[in-house]
Amino acid sequence: MTDATSSPSRTNASQADATDAIDASCRVPLFVLVLSGALWLVIGSMFALVASIKFHAPQFLADSPFLTYGRVYPAATNSFLYGFCLQVGLAVGLWLIARLGGALLAQPWLITVGAMLWNLGVTVGVLAILAGNNTGFENLEMPGYAAVILFLGYLMIGLWGVVTFHRRRDRGLFVSQWFLFTALFWFPWIYSTANLLLISFPVRGVVQAVIAWWYSNNLTVVWLSLVGLAAVFYFVPKLTRRELHSHYLALYTYWMLILFASWGGIPNTAPVPAWMPVTSTVATVLTVIPILAVALNVFWTLRAQDPASNRSADAPSASPPEAEPRGRNSRAPSFFPLAFIVVGVFAFVLAGLSRVVGVLIDTNQTLHFTWFARAQSLLNIYGFLVMVLFGSVYYILPRLAGMDFPFASLIRVHFLLALLGILVLVSPLAIGGGIQTVLFQNPDLASVDIAKRMLPFLRVSTTGDLFLLLGHLVFLGNLAGLVWRFYRARAAAAYAVATADLFKPAEARS
Amino acid sequence: MNYGPLLFLAAFFALAGSWFGFVLTPQLQLGRLQQTNSIPSGATYPVARPGLAREGLDVYRANGCASCHSQQIGQTATTCDVVLADTGTNQAAMKAALLKLKPDWSDSEARQALGSLPQTLLRGATREEADAAMKTLNVGGAKVQLWIVPGGPDIARGWGKRRTVAEDFLFDYPVMPGSLRAGPDLANIGVRQSDPNWHLLHLYAPRVEVRDSPMPSFRFLFEKRRIERARSPDALSLPPELAPEPGYEIVPRLQAKALAAYLVSLRADAPLFDAPLTAPAPAAPATNAPAK
Repeated sequence: MTDATSSPSRTNASQADATDAIDASCRVPLFVLVLSGALWLVIGSMFALVASIKFHAPQFLADSPFLTYGRVYPAATNSFLYGFCLQVGLAVGLWLIARLGGALLAQPWLITVGAMLWNLGVTVGVLAILAGNNTGFENLEMPGYAAVILFLGYLMIGLWGVVTFHRRRDRGLFVSQWFLFTALFWFPWIYSTANLLLISFPVRGVVQAVIAWWYSNNLTVVWLSLVGLAAVFYFVPKLTRRELHSHYLALYTYWMLILFASWGGIPNTAPVPAWMPVTSTVATVLTVIPILAVALNVFWTLRAQDPASNRSADAPSASPPEAEPRGRNSRAPSFFPLAFIVVGVFAFVLAGLSRVVGVLIDTNQTLHFTWFARAQSLLNIYGFLVMVLFGSVYYILPRLAGMDFPFASLIRVHFLLALLGILVLVSPLAIGGGIQTVLFQNPDLASVDIAKRMLPFLRVSTTGDLFLLLGHLVFLGNLAGLVWRFYRARAAAAYAVATADLFKPAEARS
Repeated sequence: MNYGPLLFLAAFFALAGSWFGFVLTPQLQLGRLQQTNSIPSGATYPVARPGLAREGLDVYRANGCASCHSQQIGQTATTCDVVLADTGTNQAAMKAALLKLKPDWSDSEARQALGSLPQTLLRGATREEADAAMKTLNVGGAKVQLWIVPGGPDIARGWGKRRTVAEDFLFDYPVMPGSLRAGPDLANIGVRQSDPNWHLLHLYAPRVEVRDSPMPSFRFLFEKRRIERARSPDALSLPPELAPEPGYEIVPRLQAKALAAYLVSLRADAPLFDAPLTAPAPAAPATNAPAK
């Protein structure tokens, strides 16, 4: 931090030039990552819609082995997780690392190659799932041959992220950098462990299930939270032009999150020695600390009355340490990015608290088998991370392109569709799951009757899937439009430069 | 100050801790798990699934059956039953002991109970209550048994006799305990439905076997064939509205047979040391030997 504050020679203008250069270095890899992420989102929600329609008519597409529920549903979750969440999470993370460190993104072309490998891996993996070559482990369904491609792609992206982090000019760290750096190397560790011990050299018996739960929890709870919270702690102060309420509370969140959340995920009916579910339950209950810390930090930041007088005393790096490029503050109204992110924080808190309450009240051991658990994981992945990433992308991409979204008014439509979609998707599943828990206590009720009573809830949630799909189409259209606009303008400019000589008036040429 | 190294160490140790806890330690504790003996019969448990059933596990995996079906039985309680199997030689003392145990019984009720053996005298008792009752009833060479009875909603529903334990999955790869019960738990489906033909018909036309079932059918595991010389013994006997046109039959492919064999092989009900349970003794086979 010391350089930034003690060197008066760095004027605002030169800083803005540096920021422009950083944005330019991020442009190509981010365009590739975000656009393909948006495409996977559309593909994933189509699969999710197909899976959901099967609860209206079990015969729907049932005679095609590729589209049976047990294949379409994992194809949908894998498209969401690996296609969108990891990919766009990495994109936003790389940009934040470059911007916060004040360093150009290292090797953008190699990152682009890595992104292409990653997308190849997701394509191979999703096709393999549809062909029945899944691994049978939840959230790790992509087979080993796809995992190798994914892993190489991740290394090519993540490695340059680490190099960019290392080249940072401000040695002091903003809290988002803690989250992002940890996320960068968390994934390769858990992914290689899971693939080596479950697929290459499988361990014996129920240890497989334990490792699969460990992986799934570390991916969907820890990794997603690390990336999502990094964006939250950067964008909430940035977009409200305030300082983060407390830098130290955010750091505390970081410690509590990586210490406790990484031990969750083992259900209490697991056929393993009791210490595992017990430890897991205790750790999950303790995650209430980071969840409340995030809620309070964001709430206090938003509540602060006067942006100027809100300077917190605790740390110099309580606000993201870089200047906004000249004249861009008016571009892309910051209301919707902020709205997406605030909804994401709400979902994070709600999903986290329901997870804690879930393990506490689940004494009859049936809650985690109901649709309630599905609702909770959707709220965490979709309500929290995907929403935060939407907000981040809506903020970042216009700056990379140096122009507005072609259909800027559709951002509002997307926001409403996404919000409505999540509500209509998650709440019926949560309510249905609660009822299902009660019904499971009655042994005289046949399980088919319980399944039948769930159908109305599942059918309502199809509407949510539909809203989300429409929202994703709007999102993809807007992104594709922006990229198209950017390259058309560039091509036009390049053409004008290249042909400037030809069209010069004759007297000037001679 | 440069926090880079501190940050690296923080992340490294947090993840290493979790890895040590939930990857390495489970492997050390359970990775070399061996077959065990059921108690008290001493039979080896588990035995590897037969070849066809092992192939069926792959069909189960490939079609994502675990998306809707769990294979984990929860157990929330263990209680004891006290069963009187034989009154012994001193009927009068036995009746007195019985009346002591059941103060609200009348004399004739006690006599009636002694007449119809085996008689379950205590249900859902704690271990201490059961021990006390056994002591009371232990007169004149009477045979009193203590039965261990697992309890909980899953067990009351008949989905299993005891909780699922690590041994149940010893030979399976991949292990698919499932996370959602959109359909019933399948840990003991082979006990509930031991007929592979039931499963074949259920896979082909779920709503024929279970009314209003939301399960999708798996017709791609079957083929429609022209009947050549005689009907195949494997052909499904379908109700008229689902039957193919005359001269054709629906036969299961190998995948369907394997899946049915796997489902029938799912029975996690052996009484084990870590999941005790007293199974009622099987009824004595009928013989022509004179009654004792």
